[in-house]
Amino acid sequence: MTDANQQMVEQYRNNFLREVEDNVEEGEWVKMCMQCGVCSGSCPLGPHWDHPPQELFMMIRAGKRDEVLQSSSMWMCTSCYNCIVRCPRELPITHIMHGLAHYAKRLGIAPKNQPTHKFAQLFWNNLVKTGRVNELRLGLSLYFMNGFGEGIKTSLKMQKIGLGMLMTKRLTPMELIGGHKCKDARGLQAILKKAEELEAARIPAAGK
Amino acid sequence: MAKKSYSFYPGCSSQKAASASNYMVSVDSMCKTLDIELNEIPDWNCCSASIGYAGGGELPRLALSARNMAISEQVNPGQDIVATCAACWLATKETQERLHDDSKLMAETNEALATAGLKVEGNQKIRHMVEVLIEDLGYEELGKHVKKPLDGIKIAGYVGCQTNRPFGIDGESYENPKYLDKLVETMGAEPVENYDKKVSCCGGALAFSEPEKSQALIKDIIESAYDGGADMIVTPCPVCQMNVEVYQDHINQKYKTNFKMPVVYYSTLMSVAYGGSGKDAGLDGQIIKAKQLEEIASK
Repeated sequence: MTDANQQMVEQYRNNFLREVEDNVEEGEWVKMCMQCGVCSGSCPLGPHWDHPPQELFMMIRAGKRDEVLQSSSMWMCTSCYNCIVRCPRELPITHIMHGLAHYAKRLGIAPKNQPTHKFAQLFWNNLVKTGRVNELRLGLSLYFMNGFGEGIKTSLKMQKIGLGMLMTKRLTPMELIGGHKCKDARGLQAILKKAEELEAARIPAAGK
Repeated sequence: MAKKSYSFYPGCSSQKAASASNYMVSVDSMCKTLDIELNEIPDWNCCSASIGYAGGGELPRLALSARNMAISEQVNPGQDIVATCAACWLATKETQERLHDDSKLMAETNEALATAGLKVEGNQKIRHMVEVLIEDLGYEELGKHVKKPLDGIKIAGYVGCQTNRPFGIDGESYENPKYLDKLVETMGAEPVENYDKKVSCCGGALAFSEPEKSQALIKDIIESAYDGGADMIVTPCPVCQMNVEVYQDHINQKYKTNFKMPVVYYSTLMSVAYGGSGKDAGLDGQIIKAKQLEEIASK
């Protein structure tokens, strides 16, 4: 268990709902869920969630902290926004799922080998570096995220798609030796650093 | 009609030799015909789409879009911000909503922006290109410029998720938006009636991290287009376009299907109908060639 996680456990004791309300993006909405299940039924990857959104909301209220935060469930969100527009209570469910995923990540207790957890982190690292996404580097880091052997296998599987993208000029090897970027990437990084500091000051466990 | 000017946020995938560079090519050609001027926001940055949340907390993610908005206000004052990418549009619009709803977030965002000498108010309207076409020009105006109607082509209008939810196009329903079908009709082609997967999800960014689960969704989207008699699929979203086009071989292998369905942008159709060449319309960017459009373009 990480220090940040331990700190939050001690601070909130048995009140996990309160912890979510205080620290998770849009978490103050959780108590408004009336358990109708429309979100779960509307989710394109619904069958693949260990606990669909409606269940997660009830589990939060029931104090099932580890079961929620260590779950792979919210990492199944495709950001399709079906749940948001259909929720009769207008909970911003997509954002709460992103918020829960981020909070678990922040505390260091998100499932380590969950592929979307890994990819979402790669995406962020990729864009922060130059201010714009480098698609070729992102693709390669994705293929090799589970080690070299699997990376070669995935690359071979994706070879034809990559070739198609190259032939139609929707991908360029130039991205490996420079590529697109913000001129003021440093300014952007300074903005992000300040934003992270401010957020860390608000959310005690953050940034540790 | 008089020239219309917008502050333009192109987004990462639209850049030269990036995955939706063909989208940008066709948008340029379409805008030329319609006398729409796109003033690029200088030195814009990535919005982190809907998948940056593992590494980026709420405030850093808001700060990304806020930087673009701040530069836009400074350089292109009095203009609406227009994005062609669904995720760019959504992330920027969500940021604006969040900042206006929460004065503390607005203050903190500005504190972060100040480290680079920027300040945001967030009062420019954030719009998708489709909104500009439908609301500022209207179907009648869009139809006036058609030189080569796309006769005899049947097209499934795949709206997808993020240009449709949670904001959507004014006056359209979330479950059965009609604007793409109307655009198809305006260009002289025939829309697939009752295309039941028109607002289904293609997996979005999870096509990368959960390929099998996403390809199962994509398979249904393509199959339903074939069932409706479609010759091709049209979409307003770069992620939808790529996901639905490029995995067809993998899907064919796994599901023993025989898919070879071209997937184009609304702007591809419009550029061809407006008399553009195959190159103008970005048809050379199709991995699965849109042969019927090529034929019309070369006439």
